[in-house]
Amino acid sequence: MAKTHITLTVNGEAKELLVDPRELLIHTLREQLDVTGPHIGCETSHCGACTVDIDGKSVKSCTLFSVQANGADITTIEGLGTPDELHVLQQAFREHHGLQCGYCTPGMITRAHRLLQENPNPTEEEVRFGMAGNLCRCTGYQNIVKSIMAAAAEMNAAQEAAE
Amino acid sequence: MNDMTPSREDRVANLKGLGTSRKRVEDARFTQGKGNYVDDVKLPGMLFGDFVRSPYAHARVKAINTDEAMKVPGVLAVLTAKDLEPLNLHWMPTLAGDKQMVLADGKVLFQGQEVAFVVAEDRYAAADGVEAVEVEYEELPVITDPFHALETDIVLREDLEAGADGAHGPRKHHNHIFLWEEGDEAATEQAIGEAEVVAEEMVYYHRTHPCPLETCGAVASMDKVNGKLTVWGTFQAPHVVRTVASLLSGIEEHNIRVISPDIGGGFGNKVGVYPGYVCAIVASIVTGKPVKWIEDRMENLMSTAFARDYWMKGKISATKDGKITGLHCHVTADHGAFDACADPTKFPAGFFHICTGSYDIPVAYVGVDGVYTNKAPGGVAYRCSFRVTEAAYFIERMIEVLAIELGMDAAELRAKNFIKKEQFPYTSALGWEYDSGDYHTAWEKALKSVDYEGLRKEQAERVEAFKRGETRKLLGIGLTHFTEIVGAGPVKNCDILGMGMFDSCEIRIHPTGSAIARLGTISQGQGHATTFAQILASEIGISADSITIEEGDTDTAPYGLGTYGSRSTPVAGAATAMAGRKIRAKAQMIAAYLLEVHDDDVEWDVDRFVVKGAPERFKTMAEIAYASYNQAIPGVEPGLEAVSYYDPPNMTYPFGAYICVMEIDVDTGEHEIRQFYALDDCGTRINPMVIEGQVHGGLTEALAIAMGQEIAYDEIGNVKTGTLMDFFLPTSWETPNYTTDHTETPSPHHPIGAKGVGESPNVGGVPAFSNAVHDAFRAFGLRQSHMPHDHWRIWKTAHDLGLHG
Amino acid sequence: MIPAAFEYHRPADIAEAIEVLQEHGDDARVIAGGHSLIPMMKLRMASLEHLIDLQSIEVLKGISIDGARVSLGAMTTQHEIIADDALAAAAPIIREAALQIADPQVRYMGTIGGNVANGDPGNDMPGLMQCLDASYTLVGPDGTREVAARDFYEAAYMTEREDEEILTRISFDAPSGGHAYEKQKRKIGDYATAAAAVLITKEGGQVASASIAMTNLSDTPVFSEAAGAALEGTDCGADAIKAAVAAMLDDIDPGEDNRGPVEFKRHVAGVILTRAIARAWSRA
Repeated sequence: MAKTHITLTVNGEAKELLVDPRELLIHTLREQLDVTGPHIGCETSHCGACTVDIDGKSVKSCTLFSVQANGADITTIEGLGTPDELHVLQQAFREHHGLQCGYCTPGMITRAHRLLQENPNPTEEEVRFGMAGNLCRCTGYQNIVKSIMAAAAEMNAAQEAAE
Repeated sequence: MNDMTPSREDRVANLKGLGTSRKRVEDARFTQGKGNYVDDVKLPGMLFGDFVRSPYAHARVKAINTDEAMKVPGVLAVLTAKDLEPLNLHWMPTLAGDKQMVLADGKVLFQGQEVAFVVAEDRYAAADGVEAVEVEYEELPVITDPFHALETDIVLREDLEAGADGAHGPRKHHNHIFLWEEGDEAATEQAIGEAEVVAEEMVYYHRTHPCPLETCGAVASMDKVNGKLTVWGTFQAPHVVRTVASLLSGIEEHNIRVISPDIGGGFGNKVGVYPGYVCAIVASIVTGKPVKWIEDRMENLMSTAFARDYWMKGKISATKDGKITGLHCHVTADHGAFDACADPTKFPAGFFHICTGSYDIPVAYVGVDGVYTNKAPGGVAYRCSFRVTEAAYFIERMIEVLAIELGMDAAELRAKNFIKKEQFPYTSALGWEYDSGDYHTAWEKALKSVDYEGLRKEQAERVEAFKRGETRKLLGIGLTHFTEIVGAGPVKNCDILGMGMFDSCEIRIHPTGSAIARLGTISQGQGHATTFAQILASEIGISADSITIEEGDTDTAPYGLGTYGSRSTPVAGAATAMAGRKIRAKAQMIAAYLLEVHDDDVEWDVDRFVVKGAPERFKTMAEIAYASYNQAIPGVEPGLEAVSYYDPPNMTYPFGAYICVMEIDVDTGEHEIRQFYALDDCGTRINPMVIEGQVHGGLTEALAIAMGQEIAYDEIGNVKTGTLMDFFLPTSWETPNYTTDHTETPSPHHPIGAKGVGESPNVGGVPAFSNAVHDAFRAFGLRQSHMPHDHWRIWKTAHDLGLHG
Repeated sequence: MIPAAFEYHRPADIAEAIEVLQEHGDDARVIAGGHSLIPMMKLRMASLEHLIDLQSIEVLKGISIDGARVSLGAMTTQHEIIADDALAAAAPIIREAALQIADPQVRYMGTIGGNVANGDPGNDMPGLMQCLDASYTLVGPDGTREVAARDFYEAAYMTEREDEEILTRISFDAPSGGHAYEKQKRKIGDYATAAAAVLITKEGGQVASASIAMTNLSDTPVFSEAAGAALEGTDCGADAIKAAVAAMLDDIDPGEDNRGPVEFKRHVAGVILTRAIARAWSRA
């Protein structure tokens, strides 16, 4: 089977790739591009550990062929913040103990980022509903919710200060 | 005298030592997607392995044809038992003294069992190769009922010699594994026979699975040039894996390096050795290339270490005033096809005999019959502290059933029978010496915090309203006071495959005053890099921020038995404190020398040695560290290092009081958790933030287990719950907020008074949720209803009680 | 975890898509959002040699409301459905149902076309479309035709659609009156244990019209004409609802699965329908 040539923008960088049609985006990211932040936790699209942001949508990258994503603009956890300037969510997760083993964390934060774009001022219930596509086995979610609410508060305060 | 000397309070705060909610050092890499998990490991030329697995629960393997598979582009080899036999690796020993097939040898014994290992250039080719392997099976009758297993003529384990003893003594039937007993059966039966009140019940703790978010995997790399084997893997006990790998492969331990990198959750699923690890190692040795094996979720749920599956028949006797006089328990333990329980060797039923729980019971007896069935092997896993989850569920259900029998309030019944504070250290009727506890204080605090009396009033009103037809929702109050036993364990009676269950810490202080400490444990999310630095900081007066904690590389870490059973703080934490004290002892000599006084003339103050009576004369640990490299001190070796291998004198006994308030919709079987209060006493609390996180997580696992999660089989051994569609993992939506609380009753024998805590919430959580369900229906006559309490089972309970009109 | 190999096509228009379908017959399948098909392919339970990606075909997109007629392109995602305020005003039941489907990530990708065309008895949109008396536009080599949702489902994964046809549009008249989509499930992301879509109009304190459809209680969605008829002309009181439930129970045929035995499903189907009727009535 001949490979297909595709172009992806990943965390702001244009990437040219050759992929088999059946190559899942999660594998292209992890294996070809060494973007190993998104993780694999299941094969039935339930766990959300593979969540990335594509053209402004939260997407489980294990449920997409890379050929489908040709031309797309993809952000993974590696594209949120830098070591010198962490994203508010990354700081909040540390501040409020929103992670333990770290395996769900890239998908969790990437999804939270999009959630706060959809709804900058969510209630706790809205956070729980909006994060229900990301499973965690370690934290029991309580501190994840706390982290996201804290990040939202901080982002809103910064927004208000700027205005 | 230094005018800039910070206050004592500031110096203590700077340490970020014991008791501080220090933020985690691990978070930097995890929040940036820079963790290093096994599937992140990439080596040049790396191959990928994948399994052909049996669709049948019991069948002969008549033939395996690999011709078509070998034609698949990218496939390099297909290993079967025949290929492993010359290496004597087609079978491997289990941690429970049994043996287990690595690849199907003539037959298969559970659905999902490994039959062949395809090695290919990448995981896509390996998957295609797996599809192309042709296996001819001849189905055999399947046994899924452990009671039937002990009656049937069908022989599961044809490899075991008929009539010969098993690893734990005589086997009374070809599908029997062991009988393990503790306590005084005769005295117990007498007490029960003479009792005024007896409650009898079958309490079933169903089969489930730890299901960490990261599945199991390994990368094995045999370096033929140097003769060294390196294995990265999801190992909760890397040193034990190294020793086992050496025994199995014949490669000497010094030529094997085992690395547990970041692990995405363990919960006991990653303690044992799996066929995937063995096959990856063999494939690497054979091909001379690194070989990666990563299982997928279905494989994880269907073939790796399951948890529980204990049928516990209980009899509890009491006076009519509610004083317990005896406890009898017989367990039928379904171990699946191979006994691969990760227990300390001498305890085939783990620490199940903690099942007298928090109660002062004068006589007791436990007998456990282990049984083979056509299910996946394993048994001890899932935050269970070696069957303590089963024990706690058992006793906390028996208390409730006894309360029904007595017509008594279950909170009162517990309080009446608690071991009293003055009785510690307390030796139970089943032989455990509990170190410390103050159950009455915890219990009163819990009941008060939830306004227990108010809740019971509300519940009584609700029952009446229900009877009047005004509501279809029942209110349940689930109580639990658990005592658990963690910190395995004293070498004299605790070992894993012969390795005594000590643990270790090795510390090296650098010239400029920071330090590195390596431990024999391995975090899978528990935050050791953060918390063990805190223990050390408080011992040696160097800020936790200046201490690197390393675990998991057997080339550098001192030998340890790993992390599971909440043993890290009790054992490695103790080793850390003891090594820290050795550092301090040497530091004292150096300080005395520098201050030109006798060793006894200096005393320790937070981060420095101070001359007694002359507080302006001191040496900080940083100054001492430098001096150890810089000065020639008579009678003292240069450098500042210490090692401690700690053999704990006893286990530790954390305890807790949990109360769950639950609403149940009688018509749909749905539940809603209105409130969950969890009070934990783990002795000295190292990092309150981390403890709280552990409790939240463990309670959520407990919620899942109690309210819907199971590994279920049909009558012919097909796994019904093999994906996350049906294996219940709650999302953020189904999970409530928890209220955590604590008391602090230090362990008298632990260097810093700490006990373990990680597993307590699973141990105490399941009975709390389950008791809430039972309690909701108590007024309508319910005694016992098996978990999981998913919608249809709760509905059925309501239906059978006639609540559907 | 790894699907078998296939050839990938991304046609620019419907005609091109149909050509590929014609050429390869049942070795070819279309993919919309992929969140039903790809999981099946990863488990190797769906095998295909040609995958036809519909994402570039413009005519399949868009929500249009023309007077009372609502028309949804097959590639409209659940997320787009939820976000469209005009659609929510015209047919609030559809937003209510969409919010109960899957999880946020799946809703970003899952389409209404995929949800209704698949024939999976667990999907929520088929029953809802039957309740709305929606019509599906099918385009094939022989032209375009309309099939009522109520006539579309034959058995599990078997529908009225021919292999070479593509479902392009879902249309219905904006309903009036009260609505409810009630779904019992084990957790977010699960299919229904039982779900009911109910539309009721009220006139003079009585039920003027009632439309009731049930989901995941048979090998197809179940539009229960008799249940709706049992409510018409009544005050929608307890007796009427009981009659509607009894009629519905005659029309469903649930199977046992991990959610529970048949007896349980039949009981909760009645409970869910009862609650849906009560809620729809209160909004009518």
